[in-house]
Amino acid sequence: MRHLLSTTDLDRDAAVALLDTAEAMAQTQSRTIKKLPALRGLTIVNLFFEDSTRTRISFEAAAKRLSADVINFSAKGSSVSKGESLKDTAQTLRAIGADAVVVRHPSSGAPHRLAHAGWIDTPVVNAGDGMHQHPTQALLDAFTLRRHLADGRGDLAGRHVVVVGDVLHSRVARSNVDLLATLGARVTLVAPPTLLPIGVESWRCAVTYDLDAALTDDVDAVMMLRVQRERMTSGFFPSEREYARRYGLDGTRLGRLSDHALVLHPGPMNRGLEISAEAADSPRSTVVEQVANGVSVRMAVLYTLLAGDLAGEGDA
Amino acid sequence: MPGYLVRSVAPLGAERTDLLLRDGVVVALGRDAASQAGSEDTVIDADGLVALPGLVDLHTHLREPGREDTETVDSGTRAAAAGGFTAVHAMANTAPVADTAGVVEQVWRLGRDAGWADVRPVGAVTIGLAGERLAELGAMATSAAAVRVFSDDGRCVWDPVLMRRALEYTKAFDGVVAQHAQEPRLTVDAQMHEGVVSAEIGLTGWPAVAEEAIIARDVLLAEHVGGRLHVQHLSTAGSVEIIRWAKARGIAVTAEATPHHLLLTDELARSYDPVYKVNPPLRTAEDVAAVRAGLADGTIDVVATDHAPHAVQDKDCEWAAAAFGMTGLETCLAVVQQVMVEEGSFTWADVARVLSHTPARIGRVTDHGRPIAVGEPANLTLVDPAARRTIDPRVQQTASRNSPFAGRELPGEVRWTFLRGRATIADTVAVLAPSRTGAHA
Amino acid sequence: MPTTRVVLESDEISRALTRIAHEILERNRGSADLVLLGIPRRGVPLATRLAGRIAQADARGSQGQQPDDSRGPAPVTVPVGEIDITLYRDDIRRRPTRGLTPTRLPEGGIDEKTVILVDDVLYSGRSVRAALDALADLGRPRSVQLVTLVDRGHRQLPIRADYVGKNLPTATSERVQVQLAEIDGHDAVSISDAGAPEAPAAPEPSRTGEGSE
Repeated sequence: MRHLLSTTDLDRDAAVALLDTAEAMAQTQSRTIKKLPALRGLTIVNLFFEDSTRTRISFEAAAKRLSADVINFSAKGSSVSKGESLKDTAQTLRAIGADAVVVRHPSSGAPHRLAHAGWIDTPVVNAGDGMHQHPTQALLDAFTLRRHLADGRGDLAGRHVVVVGDVLHSRVARSNVDLLATLGARVTLVAPPTLLPIGVESWRCAVTYDLDAALTDDVDAVMMLRVQRERMTSGFFPSEREYARRYGLDGTRLGRLSDHALVLHPGPMNRGLEISAEAADSPRSTVVEQVANGVSVRMAVLYTLLAGDLAGEGDA
Repeated sequence: MPGYLVRSVAPLGAERTDLLLRDGVVVALGRDAASQAGSEDTVIDADGLVALPGLVDLHTHLREPGREDTETVDSGTRAAAAGGFTAVHAMANTAPVADTAGVVEQVWRLGRDAGWADVRPVGAVTIGLAGERLAELGAMATSAAAVRVFSDDGRCVWDPVLMRRALEYTKAFDGVVAQHAQEPRLTVDAQMHEGVVSAEIGLTGWPAVAEEAIIARDVLLAEHVGGRLHVQHLSTAGSVEIIRWAKARGIAVTAEATPHHLLLTDELARSYDPVYKVNPPLRTAEDVAAVRAGLADGTIDVVATDHAPHAVQDKDCEWAAAAFGMTGLETCLAVVQQVMVEEGSFTWADVARVLSHTPARIGRVTDHGRPIAVGEPANLTLVDPAARRTIDPRVQQTASRNSPFAGRELPGEVRWTFLRGRATIADTVAVLAPSRTGAHA
Repeated sequence: MPTTRVVLESDEISRALTRIAHEILERNRGSADLVLLGIPRRGVPLATRLAGRIAQADARGSQGQQPDDSRGPAPVTVPVGEIDITLYRDDIRRRPTRGLTPTRLPEGGIDEKTVILVDDVLYSGRSVRAALDALADLGRPRSVQLVTLVDRGHRQLPIRADYVGKNLPTATSERVQVQLAEIDGHDAVSISDAGAPEAPAAPEPSRTGEGSE
């Protein structure tokens, strides 16, 4: 594995191997001394063209626990203009001696360009690009699901995960549909038709507009997607109230889930919109655990990309 | 002035014959050619070559004035000559915009001075392409540039009242309104064709309906007011259907397709390489098939390049930050040969129709797109259809490198291009006009 | 023609482990506070075997010392664990990415214990160096000792084994292969010359051939 750009890059075995490595990493994180020397002397650049304190901190913690040096490069707000910014920044990073670049970018495909345009030759980890992919989020979600639903081993064969919300603009939804399907899970997307992309019928999942119907179908986990505030004013749905009523996870819907079913949310949550406080704070909710798991998964990704002989390996 | 004796060439791919070009015209054909040729005439062994009337592009961006870093009238028309063209229509989205007689005359004059191909400036429909007020269309029509094609290309004349007025007003001087059909509200931030691929790779979609809705409206407007409508770079199966319907109703509409919409699909966007970013976007394989079928059955009248050179920095970046457009003058004929001739739906006469006769007629370019016959202007191109070449933008004549066909093998090679009897391309080599070398005869 | 010769048969391996078990008991005056940690992969079954033998021998020994204990001998168990050194290796970027195995410490941990590291082959000493670093992150043992089934020489670090099954002079071009029933189906230690093809069944050739170096 040379880069991690999309969960479609991972076949089942590669995905399971990453999750297994993440389990091993998680085990080290219960020790008093959490720092491991594996990536000592390596420099990892967090290149964030979009604000995301949570993701950046998670990657930073992961890199530091593996003893890598971390440089945070926040390009947002600086004088970067169109086009030249990504290439010039990439070449700056090369000059600095970055051994890996973790990139968050508002433009879909920017990490792909960084990896393949010939500007730099380091591994690239996609930390979220536009409406495209957020593979480490999907991995941490799968990791969380696997811990609860499969004893932290193997894949998610036969499990049913319902993903609810703004699928159209969501890189989390795209990454999760791909990865969960690869891991053998059944995925159902639930959204108002305005928030589903044209072409979604080709995805490896079922699609419905009816949340209540979806929740009656042997659900093992419900993943609630964040609804961006700006969607509310651009006519994708009539009002917050109507969205919450039709697509929000509230106490009543929570009560209809079977006992083992989990509630996931990538955060940050809009309480009262896509998720009620009752659902967010219920024992089924893995929201906080997801954050902790994020560090282990990102350690596994950085380790897998960097702690190996890079010669002769293609994209995985 | 010495001329050229073109031996054993196949005009429009038909029976081989000889041509004698002299004093800007075809002076003899067949046996007469050799007998009338003198020792001073250059003899071209054209055995295996096809002679076509010089190609006429209805849709070229020459970028001058304003973006001479990406193309100039000189480099763009040299690229045109290399692609077999003898006339090109230069789009109006320059800086300043070609919305006055002054700007169109300047572009026309630059073309004349460069000497590679006749430049027919396209006038903007609205002032500054802003879509608010009509530009002085009449002044441009009566200028030295004799503008007949008007377009806000790059922008859609979206306001239906303004479009109606443009279609009406241009009737006074036999003009044609060439519409870039793109419903703006349906294409806010649009990056690529909206469909399976865009859903997967997360780029904002440019739905087919945004093109089709405007075309449907415009053909009805053209019917209502009786003006001449030309639909630019039609790209979807639905658009082909609407044009077919409109023509069946007798509406005065013509349509063009680009080489890239005849060959490439939205699957290429998966690479996120902005060289494949173009407006209208590359569509699906079904759309490509429909556009080819529409070209084959005459629903689509012409192939036009939409040659859109861009600076390296505007393509060597992430997709969303990149400019729309691809170069096309030097690959157009090759693509048409591959997808239409080699697939069996076109003869070389059909190629001449869609790349020369019809575009000249639409643009009211009188001395191009003529038959290959005695007394006709010697605007010709000689193509070797058996050649195959791998496209390398670095060796092209255009000043830009954004060819989506880079690295692809395409058939055919333009060996000679003649503009009024002068070889602008002589055995694949570009030859400066004598007026520019100081070597006056 | 590559040649492979077996240098330790199954019964020799067994005898060597029994001897080492006794040496450990003797040197540490019994099995109290001992913790055996195997270095994956083949150090782990070796540690488990050794722990069994130490327990057996210690139980017999205790019986001998206290023959009049009417309750009979208390069953002796020696805690065993395994310690993954992958993240501590100094050649981490020179090899293909390795999978991690879990580190398992016995209940009671390693603080103030005598930790006996167990590996199959001692060669450059780099694995042991990594294991010592890993140990330091896990706790503070009172002392650390090292068992190796085979010491093939060519040390690159100031490290020596406290207990050696067999000293095996080798050329660096040779490969030492340890096979254990728990992993490979049978016990044997063999040497092959450089031209010998790697065992096709081996899941991690670099680690079957030369221990965990």
